[in-house]
Amino acid sequence: MCLPLILVIVGLIVYPAFYSIHLSMLNKAQTRFIGLGNFRFLLSRDTFWMVVEQSAIFALSAVFFKAIIGLITAHLINNLPTKGQRKWRGMLLVPWVIPLALSSLAWWWLFDPTLSAFNWVLTGLGLRAIPWLSDPYWARFSVILVNVWYGAPFFLIMYLAALKSVPEQLYEAAAIDGANAWQRFVHITLPMMRNIIAITVLFSLIVTFANFDIVQILTGGGPRNMTHVFATYAFLLGIRSGDLPLGAATSLFMFPILAIAAIFILRGVRKRGREIG
Amino acid sequence: MTTAALAVPATRRLGMRSSLRRNRRWALILSYVFLILFAIFFLMPPYYMIVTAFKSDAEMARMATNPWIIADGVTLDQFRILFTQTDFLIYFKNTAIVTACVVVITMVISVLAAFALGRMRFWGSGILATGIFLTYLVPDTLLFIPMFQIVKWLGLLNSYWSMVLVYPTLTVPFCTWIMIGYFQSIPKELDEAALIDGAGHLQMLFKIFIPVALPGIIAATIFAFTVSWAAFVYPMAFLYSSDQQVLTVGTVTTLIRGDVYKWGMLMAGALVAAAPPLVIYAFLMDYYIAGLTAGATKG
Repeated sequence: MCLPLILVIVGLIVYPAFYSIHLSMLNKAQTRFIGLGNFRFLLSRDTFWMVVEQSAIFALSAVFFKAIIGLITAHLINNLPTKGQRKWRGMLLVPWVIPLALSSLAWWWLFDPTLSAFNWVLTGLGLRAIPWLSDPYWARFSVILVNVWYGAPFFLIMYLAALKSVPEQLYEAAAIDGANAWQRFVHITLPMMRNIIAITVLFSLIVTFANFDIVQILTGGGPRNMTHVFATYAFLLGIRSGDLPLGAATSLFMFPILAIAAIFILRGVRKRGREIG
Repeated sequence: MTTAALAVPATRRLGMRSSLRRNRRWALILSYVFLILFAIFFLMPPYYMIVTAFKSDAEMARMATNPWIIADGVTLDQFRILFTQTDFLIYFKNTAIVTACVVVITMVISVLAAFALGRMRFWGSGILATGIFLTYLVPDTLLFIPMFQIVKWLGLLNSYWSMVLVYPTLTVPFCTWIMIGYFQSIPKELDEAALIDGAGHLQMLFKIFIPVALPGIIAATIFAFTVSWAAFVYPMAFLYSSDQQVLTVGTVTTLIRGDVYKWGMLMAGALVAAAPPLVIYAFLMDYYIAGLTAGATKG
């Protein structure tokens, strides 16, 4: 009964992963084995190091703000009377439900150079219009903003589920002992949620680090390659320029980071599985 | 002396309780204020999508009017152009076919596998369950380049059937993982009773496991649906002609031709393309959320 599953996993995930390693060691025409030549070539390029830097900035800052916003909104919703919680939760999860490619398109339109709706508000307030996607640093800010917008609701849902699983008696006991809201948060909520926070952060780190849609649609990696992340750069080299081996080598650089995160997630999930029993 | 000592804390406690209530009211008001701010941030792009889709091109070109409202009246022109002058309906049909196939394939594979892994202990079952979880964490952006070569070998490049082949890599691991969790939560006594009554394994699956774990099956189906509806990397890399294109890539790249972006039509397209997942979410929110949170809590 597991045979179809094994076929999918081995044929379409494990095999391509190993094939990717072989592919990355060929020359552009895939006729000659060149060892680590592609990797050496990438490491000698300034653009590649910019991609590494931007991927790190993109993933770390986006995950950080997603986690913070998710935590805040989860607490705010948890404060409300139970009746209204559903409605708010339903409303705030909408960014996660819209296919990312389509909401990125809407963001692009919001950032439009001449008709930007944000700039209409800014100039209306007497401020200067912002070159959202044409200035490299603003473009970096914009792609991170869109990622935070998209991913924060996921954190919200995970935290809210975790908050509900913290036993009410703990808070009552703390209240009787005179703990204030902040102390209750630090000494009860955080320790009880530590595991779920870790899992969510690591999971989001993988997804964000490997993100493709937002950057590809909003900037295509520009201006001056400043917003490229691993996935879009691999797409540019491998598919657009037709150098599959070089593209494969680029995306393989993601592997060590993803593998480390995956191992920690697995440990966290196992631990949580034992806690729940 | 004793009465005085007793009276003081009592009044203080009373005062404390009313201040506590006042604090709680303030906390509630503040919560609402901040939630409204966050809601504005989260709902602004979809709102703007709707506003743009129902606006005329003439109004959009006027830079002085407020872009956040529809001043000249609601029009369906953008949708008419979208449906009659573009290939949008072809994209929609292609995505619908691909998604339907992927959902069926995913559910058959993952329910069978989860049944086996959740109930029978056999050699390597533990390793296989761990392996499933790890493959779920392998992102499509790591695989799309070797996959391009594989799809090319199979002669499926620029055919939407290649999507039916590759999307299960995104859906099967997670769906199997959450179905294992759901199946394991079914009490062992139920299958023992069924075995005593002479039911075979398949009968057990269809008569007991699937009905009892129906919430899990709905959650997994929703997950498979939304993932294959929204997939972007694979079609972006493998499909290039308009008659084979799917909704996400078709709307984002193919509808944008020439120098002038027809934003009204684009937003109308984005709105129609985003509608099916949003409708499912609106009606089956609890299952949707159960599927979302199950990954980290089950297993």
